[in-house]
Amino acid sequence: MSAAAPGFWTRCLRHPSFLIGALLSGLVLLAAALSLVWSPHPPAEIDIPNKLAAPSALHWLGTDSLGRDVAAQLLVGSRASILVGVIAVGIGLAVGVALGSLAAARRGWVEEVIMRATDFSIAFPALLTAIVLTAIYGPGLLTSMVAIGLAYIPWFARITRGAANAIWARDYVLAARAAGKGRWRITLDHVLPNIASVLIVQATIQFGTAILAEAALSYLGLGTQPPQPSWGRMLNEAQTQLFQAPQLALYPGVAIAVAVLGLNLMGDGLRDLLDPKLARAR
Amino acid sequence: MLSRFLLKRLLTLVATLAVASLVVFAVLELLPGNAAQVILGENATPESLAALEAKLGLNESAPTRYAHWVSGLLRGETAASIAYDTPTAELIAQRLQVTLPLALMAMAFTTVAALALGVYAAAHHNRLGDVGVMAGSQIGMAIPNFWFAILLVLIFAVKLRWFSAGGFPGWREDEGGGPGPALKALLLPALALAVIQAAMLARVTRSAVLEVMREDFVRTARAKGLSRRAVLWRHVMRNALIPVVTLMGLQFANLVTSAIVVENVFVLPGVGRLVFQAISNRDLVVVRDTVMLLAAAVVLINFLVDLIYVLIDPRLAPAEAA
Repeated sequence: MSAAAPGFWTRCLRHPSFLIGALLSGLVLLAAALSLVWSPHPPAEIDIPNKLAAPSALHWLGTDSLGRDVAAQLLVGSRASILVGVIAVGIGLAVGVALGSLAAARRGWVEEVIMRATDFSIAFPALLTAIVLTAIYGPGLLTSMVAIGLAYIPWFARITRGAANAIWARDYVLAARAAGKGRWRITLDHVLPNIASVLIVQATIQFGTAILAEAALSYLGLGTQPPQPSWGRMLNEAQTQLFQAPQLALYPGVAIAVAVLGLNLMGDGLRDLLDPKLARAR
Repeated sequence: MLSRFLLKRLLTLVATLAVASLVVFAVLELLPGNAAQVILGENATPESLAALEAKLGLNESAPTRYAHWVSGLLRGETAASIAYDTPTAELIAQRLQVTLPLALMAMAFTTVAALALGVYAAAHHNRLGDVGVMAGSQIGMAIPNFWFAILLVLIFAVKLRWFSAGGFPGWREDEGGGPGPALKALLLPALALAVIQAAMLARVTRSAVLEVMREDFVRTARAKGLSRRAVLWRHVMRNALIPVVTLMGLQFANLVTSAIVVENVFVLPGVGRLVFQAISNRDLVVVRDTVMLLAAAVVLINFLVDLIYVLIDPRLAPAEAA
């Protein structure tokens, strides 16, 4: 690499898909942050005389069937989406990376058991896991976050193990072992820092699918419960008003699509930016 | 060689199904403590609780109950649903008449659209058509399928009135339905299911085709005078199919669960709606058997994908079996 090669942040700013993705994701994050300190109306405030109102200066996006302000619900609803993304990806990442690194560090039967366990856990996709947990513990945001997180564990475990095995085969790991470093230290000092970029990309993309999964669960009434607003449940309520107020079915869907599109674009961009080899091959 | 590979995969399939059944049993039968209590709620009288416990066979030991459940599943003699008082096998078989055609239709739409768009984009690499397909597929992957389903209802049922907003007339003409009306009722749901999948599959098809097109044998085929089109379909596609089939397998499994949501948008009496209603009814018997069926479907599809690999590329089999 020549001395004139642009730095990481400069390359980020020049990468169109990363830039668009970061802007869209930033917008959603900003909405959630803003909703913590300010909202145009209290999101759960019911105002029956003003129900299904058209957009106006008072209600920017109009009101729903109970007269609640749609803009306020959208703004506050972003919190549930982000919370689910953070918790579900956090669970999947923490447990999956631990299992994957253990498999790569120990090899032998430990690796075999962990990998066979991930093979069979793909039989339980996020939605199915959520249904099972909901049947026992009842619907709720916590149940759906845990369910989505549990379903992500095998995917993170597989990716971690694959990437970690490649690092374990490198010469500098051999050197570290010869120098007397234990598996645990090698994993922390050499393996994890070197596979971080793969995990960051995967986490970004999974964040988006977690938002989709939470929206689907809330739409079914299995996720976020009232009065807490969520985009999925707004769509469920909007569907009953399709004939009177079709516009209500548009905003939450656009919000979900913007959030997921932003995360996907950012993930794709990060993949190029963090893996220069891949970017050159294109 | 091939039979050894088949045997090995078959054993894995059986083992995976066995583990999955143990997990379903443990989570839905043992974890809740007393299933009868979960079903009846906190305010149940001791008498009704005892009656349901007897009906569910909760007085037996866990291994006996597990053996009873699995042998029943294998013989097709399942326990009765608590809400409907019908054997779950009968309920599920009825609902599969909706879900299975729906999933197949969605998969057919996905395959046709994705292969066409993916190959088109690859053939027009870095030109306007390619950029358009790639941008469209990014948006397709970000749209929740149930929202797309609602939009389809909004356009085709509410505005244009070409379709009804939901429901299913049934396959039999003497019950007011028939193949025509039934297929029509499944058309919009299948489209809604296909969009995200097609977007993803088109991207994978495109990159797989682009990768194969860089290979030497493609240049040779072109050099010996074959047309671009002939090379693309005869030589490139066969070699590009492996990653495409892999994703299709994963997607079919994904369809099974996405159908749960989309069936609810269109109020279709399929397996997805059955399991959703079973949760509202706290019908743990139906939840258990339906979840087992869906999990088994996912495992079975992955097994079939592995077999299809070998059919596409026989080189893969001996390496696996060795």
